[in-house]
Amino acid sequence: MAQMQTGAQGMQSLPALLERNAAQFGSAPAYREKEFGIWQCWTWAETAKEIEALALGLVNLGVNEGDFVAIIGRNRPYLYWSMVAAQAVGAVPVPLYQDAVAEEMAYVLGHCGARFVIVGDQEQADKVIEIQDQLHQFEHMIYLDPRGMRKYDHTQLHQFSHIQDQGRAAHDELIGELKKRQAKLDYDSTCVMLYTSGTTGKPKGVVLSNRNVIQSAKNSSEFDHLTQGENILSYLPMAWVGDFIFSIGQAYWCGFCVNCPESQDTMMTDLREIGPTYFFAPPRVFEGQLTNVMIRMEDAGALKRKMFHHFLAHAKKVGGDILDGRPVGMMDRLKYALGNVLVYGPLKDTLGYGRIRVGYTAGEAIGPEIFDFYRSLGINLKQLYGQTEATVFITVQPDGEVRADTVGVPAPEVEIKIDDSGEIHYRSPGTFVEYFNNPESTASTKDAEGWVATGDAGFFEEGSGHLRIIDRAKDVGKMADGSMFAPKYVENKLKFYPDILEAVLFGNGRDRCVAFINIDLTAVGNWAERNNIAYASYQELAGHPQVLESIRSHVTEVNKSVAEDPMLSGCQVHRFVVLHKELDADDGEMTRTRKVRRRIVEEKFDDIITALYDGSEQVSTVTEVTYEDGRKGSIKATLTIVDADVKPGAVHKVAAE
Amino acid sequence: MLDNSLSYVTDDGRTIGGVVMEMKNITLRFGGVVAIQDISFDIREGEIRAIIGPNGAGKSSMLNVISGFYVPQEGEVLFHGKKRPPMRPYEVARQGIARTFQNIALFEGMSVLDNVMTGRLNYMKTGLFSQALWKGKAEAEETENREVVERIIDFLEIQHIRKTPVARLPYGLKKRVELARALAAEPKLLLLDEPMAGMNVEEKEDMSRFILDVNDEFGTTIALIEHDMGVVMDLSDRVVVMDYGKKIGDGTPDEVRNNQDVIDAYLGVSHD
Repeated sequence: MAQMQTGAQGMQSLPALLERNAAQFGSAPAYREKEFGIWQCWTWAETAKEIEALALGLVNLGVNEGDFVAIIGRNRPYLYWSMVAAQAVGAVPVPLYQDAVAEEMAYVLGHCGARFVIVGDQEQADKVIEIQDQLHQFEHMIYLDPRGMRKYDHTQLHQFSHIQDQGRAAHDELIGELKKRQAKLDYDSTCVMLYTSGTTGKPKGVVLSNRNVIQSAKNSSEFDHLTQGENILSYLPMAWVGDFIFSIGQAYWCGFCVNCPESQDTMMTDLREIGPTYFFAPPRVFEGQLTNVMIRMEDAGALKRKMFHHFLAHAKKVGGDILDGRPVGMMDRLKYALGNVLVYGPLKDTLGYGRIRVGYTAGEAIGPEIFDFYRSLGINLKQLYGQTEATVFITVQPDGEVRADTVGVPAPEVEIKIDDSGEIHYRSPGTFVEYFNNPESTASTKDAEGWVATGDAGFFEEGSGHLRIIDRAKDVGKMADGSMFAPKYVENKLKFYPDILEAVLFGNGRDRCVAFINIDLTAVGNWAERNNIAYASYQELAGHPQVLESIRSHVTEVNKSVAEDPMLSGCQVHRFVVLHKELDADDGEMTRTRKVRRRIVEEKFDDIITALYDGSEQVSTVTEVTYEDGRKGSIKATLTIVDADVKPGAVHKVAAE
Repeated sequence: MLDNSLSYVTDDGRTIGGVVMEMKNITLRFGGVVAIQDISFDIREGEIRAIIGPNGAGKSSMLNVISGFYVPQEGEVLFHGKKRPPMRPYEVARQGIARTFQNIALFEGMSVLDNVMTGRLNYMKTGLFSQALWKGKAEAEETENREVVERIIDFLEIQHIRKTPVARLPYGLKKRVELARALAAEPKLLLLDEPMAGMNVEEKEDMSRFILDVNDEFGTTIALIEHDMGVVMDLSDRVVVMDYGKKIGDGTPDEVRNNQDVIDAYLGVSHD
């Protein structure tokens, strides 16, 4: 570990990096935010002043070293400053998911005992006020947007700008104290605490030190040759480790500019205006954009449409190879260059990827067609594999070795081993310190030598040395006949169809597999519109016979491809239902990062699973749902169960092996 | 001048001032039809004043009298204590009165931004010629007005449709754009004609929040007509109830709710 400290050249905390950036790149933009229709900009020098004023204000308010400061809101420069300011005064920033309902917040705020909460607006403030009686340590709340807040009782409530004003006013008295606290920060001080969404049980507070964050940021920035001139768009939840690393870790390490959208709804417009050089998105953003492009091309003129499809077919043939630097014939190159002028260039501009150098997708598997589409346009989209406990990076794909079905090679300074059961373990400078107030979980996840179990099963591919992930280790089971049950593998294949938003496979310990399916309302709704199919609700569309028929054909296709893998051919879907509601985080069926909570879904829809196995053709069910404002209601539905074609013989073949 | 002797502070901490506008014995006839018959009431500074009543009660006519569009045959309208002469619509706007319409009246082909900018017309002083050339004073003036408009766009959370032509918007958003245009005039008195008609529950909740926020943040006096009783009772400080052109109740939501005449008018009663 000694060589890392020298590697970071004494830059051992975020405030130290901020000071360096203000001195070295003082007049370069550090933050931009679109407000009132204009991109407002702060340079590094201005940012340093803003953060100092806020930090002084926090000292003035009584924030002590070791206190927890919760931060809730959409991506805004002020909230990023809050995280750095919290660290500067020796406190620990704890960003929370802004779409969490009040009870979820109550657990996290209570667990870390936050004395201070910084919120973006009235909506978040109301949630905290609603639960503040349960929070014994809560003392003060600071809010950013004063709109609607005037009538509130301000004994424990403060406006963000007032805290900064108080900080500036008390500058001379408090600056000594602030400097003293900043000087104490080193590689071992806590940088941030992030709550994992947790597919099972209560969220756990992952403590990340400055070493974790800065070392990971440094290694990953060098891996992708990130420079001070990058521009990123920060729109992913601030409570997610990825956003923390990109928008704070790497931004402070490299000194590049973080751009915040005007509102959630304007993200796509803002993306186009900024044209980021480095971009990160979960697969669903790329999927959504592709679907949009295809829908809009359907409405374009015949010539444009023809040109689009012609050059896209060419890009599909050679685009990926050109990007990876493989040999491509002269004529093909010329045609690709022409396509770039006529189609790819304008298309990339429209999508906001005109200037992109490196793009990443992670969190979920991305469909190979979607992945290849973006790469064929010349967008260097790559995959990485990581988790909060590793400060993101476990494996990444180096330039030129990018494929849709692997997650790349170990990231710099990361060691990986795979145990007998197939579970992936890693050890790296980014390995988290501990789970806050939870020594049992810490001990069961991280061993004495610092190896962390990921909970994912995977293997290194022979030849390329790339890691391939099969599934969550605990989800991989055995079927009644002893063959392997890997639900994620099949679900991902299903989800690659644009009509299918979500799929859940069951079959552990059973003789055959069945599935739940959620349709994608945008894609299927569009299809319904084109075919003059009227529908009043999600439920009605999901039950439409033609929808069921087209899903059935997808399932059949997937079964065919699953059957080709001798290890997994038992996982073919025999019967399925299209669910009457979308799986939703508000109902606890998914995590806030949209991962299915398998056990909860299994329990909740027990009646439907029974019907899938007992051969009935229909099932009636009542499901409780939670609305966005926390009220509850219920949905009644009668679902049709559909039988899918299974490739004959495949099951027996495995059973015989 | 305002008579501030009536001013008081509401439960939620807003200050309600003196009388801004007073209707005195208003009667409005269309030929032989009596739309409004001998109605008197007042609107105080900073309050949210609702006018309710069954269909055909004369609510919209009343709002048109307040806005100066109709001139009543009898009675007088006092604005800031002075009798108001018959005026043209732009003169009304200059006095600080803005309104939205029951049937949305936006420029469908223009973008949201342009529509809201039209609300600033009274603040544009430069002539046609310099506006066409867009230099010097005209440019500075537009920047200044655009700033005000952008604040309203931010306030009403319609940033994502700033450049969208109004014709492409759903109904609920159009209503919000209309409110934005009215606010762009920075009115002292805002008249809303059924701001929530045809909206679903969620849109109604949003609109209610915006109305309360407008009243709270800008101190705008608001007079509104609305059918949804729940909304009216939650929003308003005082309510006027009309039926067949007559005033049958006036007071706080609680007073009105317990008024026997009002209950009869809404639930129906046999006339024998």
